[in-house]
Amino acid sequence: MRIGTLKESYIADAALFDSRTQKVWLAVAAALLLLFPFMASDYWLYLACLVSINVASATGLNILTGYTGLVSLGQAAFMGLGAYTVAVLETRAGTPFLLNLLAGGFVAMLGGIVVGIPSLRVKGLYLAIATIAASFIAHFIFANWKFTGGTGGLSVPPAKLFGLPLDTSFRLYWVIVPVTVLMLLGAANLFRTRVGRAFIAIRDRDISAEVLGIPLLRYKLLSFGLSSFYAGVAGGLWAYFFRVVTPESFPLLMSIFFLAAIIVGGMGSILGGILGAVFMTMVPELLKLVVALLPGGNELTVFLSPVRTVIFGLLIIGFLVFEPQGLAEVWRRIRRFFHLWPFRN
Amino acid sequence: MMDWAYLFEISLTGIAGGGLYALAALAFVMVYKATRVVNIAIGELLMVGAYLFFTFAATFALPLWLAIPAAVLGSGLLGAVIERTMIRPLLGEPPISVFMVTVGLASVLVGLVEMIWTADQRRLPEFMPTKPIMIGEAFLAPKVFWGAMIAVAFIAAVLLVFRFWRGGVALRATASDQAAAYSVGINVPRVFSLAWVASAMIAAISGIIVGSIGGISSSMGVFGLSVLVVVIVGGLDSVLGALLGGLLIGLIEALAGAYLGGEYKLLATFIVLVAVLLVRPYGLFGTHEIERL
Repeated sequence: MRIGTLKESYIADAALFDSRTQKVWLAVAAALLLLFPFMASDYWLYLACLVSINVASATGLNILTGYTGLVSLGQAAFMGLGAYTVAVLETRAGTPFLLNLLAGGFVAMLGGIVVGIPSLRVKGLYLAIATIAASFIAHFIFANWKFTGGTGGLSVPPAKLFGLPLDTSFRLYWVIVPVTVLMLLGAANLFRTRVGRAFIAIRDRDISAEVLGIPLLRYKLLSFGLSSFYAGVAGGLWAYFFRVVTPESFPLLMSIFFLAAIIVGGMGSILGGILGAVFMTMVPELLKLVVALLPGGNELTVFLSPVRTVIFGLLIIGFLVFEPQGLAEVWRRIRRFFHLWPFRN
Repeated sequence: MMDWAYLFEISLTGIAGGGLYALAALAFVMVYKATRVVNIAIGELLMVGAYLFFTFAATFALPLWLAIPAAVLGSGLLGAVIERTMIRPLLGEPPISVFMVTVGLASVLVGLVEMIWTADQRRLPEFMPTKPIMIGEAFLAPKVFWGAMIAVAFIAAVLLVFRFWRGGVALRATASDQAAAYSVGINVPRVFSLAWVASAMIAAISGIIVGSIGGISSSMGVFGLSVLVVVIVGGLDSVLGALLGGLLIGLIEALAGAYLGGEYKLLATFIVLVAVLLVRPYGLFGTHEIERL
């Protein structure tokens, strides 16, 4: 039984993984991630890659919205920036694939900083709507600029690593998942540093933060930049995964999807971003499986897409009304139950 | 060489279309003023109103004078249900949460409409005069003209009602200071309900007009995006801003659509939005909130 934790030094208090139980479970999770591609079918590998990309992007949005308190509905646009950068570099310059990913991240970062400039004056919902504007302008550029292939978009040749083409989900898994894990570790560490703490201070009360000597504009822009960097890299992975990028690939609905994911998962929690993205990506797939199992499933498939839309909305509403802290809070409760067992909490 | 007659014609159409934006924006501002909820589902509420009208008028073949009130009342009921089940439990939560609830609501409404009526485009029964309207040399599509006229009449009626009716006074009192309204005996939760019901009804009326001009489909909610731009440009809590913003955005959309091409419509409005936000972060007529520590 482990009730509470005793910390004897600041280092222990600020540790990334604080208890032995947690380390053991993380090791188990890592082992599962390593074994997964050898056991799973192609379909599940495809899903795993998709989930992983969404986790990366949701974590980026969580830095901006969950930790810094700046609501953005432009995440998909930044993913689009990253995806297009990767596609253009891959088709026209033929630069190596990891370099393209980084470039995608940095281009999206620049875009994010530009969009973030009004964030000092414009707050809350006005900012959210302004980011919708950004995503429409980005969509327009993608659709009308010659460089981006117009409405037809660009098709991306498979990524190559050490001369090996990454053209199956199995091979892509070994690139996408490690990149995502790296980004997750980065995000988790960020909030142990001065910068991350400043973000949290801005979220909690930006005027107080300013009084405490945190330069608001610089940190808000930094938060926008970091978040868009994550989106850009995720978008780059997306481009390599689906191998075709069109202006319609990154609709406003996708930005809403990511915001929904961090709400369902839990705002301002790294675990929340992961859980939310996994949950929101898997629900439609599970729904498909359930419908296929139901009697008369073939007639029901007509209703699949509207039912999905309804469930998507109900999930957002349900979590906000009944579980505003999201799945991360559910997880914390489960953990607490085992910590305190056999006592009731 | 500019074609002035053409410009005049386009501007007229734009301003008439702007009247419709103004009506929908009024529905939005009403909810925002009373309850501080940014209702991103305004376009979807409009759509539901239009579909209800379609059901009553085309499927049940009710006469118009019965179908329209039925659709409006049905929407009002929906507004009350939404307020009771989704908005009230979130009283006191951060505005962003409530905003996201309306995002979820939009998704639910689109899904329900597609489930009940499928995603296909439909036509509403004709009920407006079809004689072409000429203003000077300029031709104005009759539906657009009469739609705008109905919108203007309703805007005027709503403004008058909320100026002189007790409930309207209570609504304005709640909007300006909730705590004070409570302490003088105004039933604030009832006012919240009232605001949502009234807003859903106004949305239904503008949905019926918009639907009879352009047909109805499950993607009609896109209209709501323009309405959002209108209210942000005008200032979220300003009725005057909503009206002028509606005309302005209607005009800009029409001009951009005519001189640059249809795909520039939304782009132009969003560029206007960003420009306005950079100069006046609270919209043209919105209240500038003073923040203190």
